[in-house]
Amino acid sequence: MTQKNNRLTSAYRRIYRRVYMVLSIVLCIFIIGTLLWTVSYLPPYGDTNTPTHNEVADRYVSQGLTETGATNIVAGMILDYRAFDTLGESFVLFTAFCSCLIILQGSEFVKQHRPDKYRTFDDNILRYTMYVIVPMVMLFGVYVLLNGHLSPGGGFSGGAILGAGLVLMSLAFGHNTVSRFLTPHRIRVITCCSLCFYCLAKSYSFFTGANGLHSIIGPGVAGNILSGGLILPLNIAVGCVVACTMYSFYCLFERGDLK
Amino acid sequence: MIFRFGDNLLINYEEAIAVVLFAIGFCMLLFHNNLMRKIIGLNIMDTGVYLFLASMGYIEGGKAPILPDPNATITMINPIPSGLVLTGIVVSVSVTALMLSLTVRLYKRYHTLNLDEIYEIIEEDEEYDIHN
Repeated sequence: MTQKNNRLTSAYRRIYRRVYMVLSIVLCIFIIGTLLWTVSYLPPYGDTNTPTHNEVADRYVSQGLTETGATNIVAGMILDYRAFDTLGESFVLFTAFCSCLIILQGSEFVKQHRPDKYRTFDDNILRYTMYVIVPMVMLFGVYVLLNGHLSPGGGFSGGAILGAGLVLMSLAFGHNTVSRFLTPHRIRVITCCSLCFYCLAKSYSFFTGANGLHSIIGPGVAGNILSGGLILPLNIAVGCVVACTMYSFYCLFERGDLK
Repeated sequence: MIFRFGDNLLINYEEAIAVVLFAIGFCMLLFHNNLMRKIIGLNIMDTGVYLFLASMGYIEGGKAPILPDPNATITMINPIPSGLVLTGIVVSVSVTALMLSLTVRLYKRYHTLNLDEIYEIIEEDEEYDIHN
């Protein structure tokens, strides 16, 4: 009885595989054709009169500098006009961090299945190269983070560079070196404080802006490091969240724990 | 004939390449059984979307939207798609991390990354439960 059942299910499975492959190929060809057909009717590349280049973009480009005080128009846009969008992004990252923590923390599995040869890095060449590279990476990350309103960069890119520096450090000198100053408790405190600060600061700025009240934070002189109103502190907050999250992802996937 | 290609397919080569990248990712998602390769396919799809958005924001002769000094007047590209691409990258990183951690848990339970084998094991388990 069970043997007959098994034979039946395997036959069904073979038929299912064949139908699935045929349908997949048809679907792929259909989607590629439809999308390419749509692209062929889009306005020409680089055209100024397309529907995407409307008055919103014009306003950002022409008034962005005087209203936000940031020479980097994109930073002024994502951290001033559309700051709640960026707050949502930070919360998406924070939610992913929490989910990974719930799913992976404390699982002995990651620890068990790690090959032994990757466990320690007792290598002098690597360590002495990292003595040179890690400070430079960290310094570059801080530079990108603090100059987000003046030059290309900002919280997300600077935070990602800082996180990469932390991962390099943890790889070369062992994770005890990093967890000496970045304990799991501190990671949580930094992330939560940054998100709360972002919420409060931007709520204040939106409240005063919407009600026509005088805000104590002005745009400042464009081009200075201390300008752009709230953009610099918000960049720092976002950068802290991103750096902590990147390093925690690495820790969780590498040894299944933040410690 | 209704189904005819427009004139701008070769002029919009960036969008066309973005669509091809999207299609490559979609094919990987459909044709591979390995969960890791499905995740890589989803990331390639994301890359196609970023390229599409970035190329939609380009204006002929436009520079990056950063003013060298406050009084300068230069043609700049549209800054909105750049901000949207940033959002997309962050969301894709988060989703990838979540998918990878779930994959780790699946591997812990079934000791394989092949989706068909996982389904087979699930069916066998169910049959075992029914018969006992």
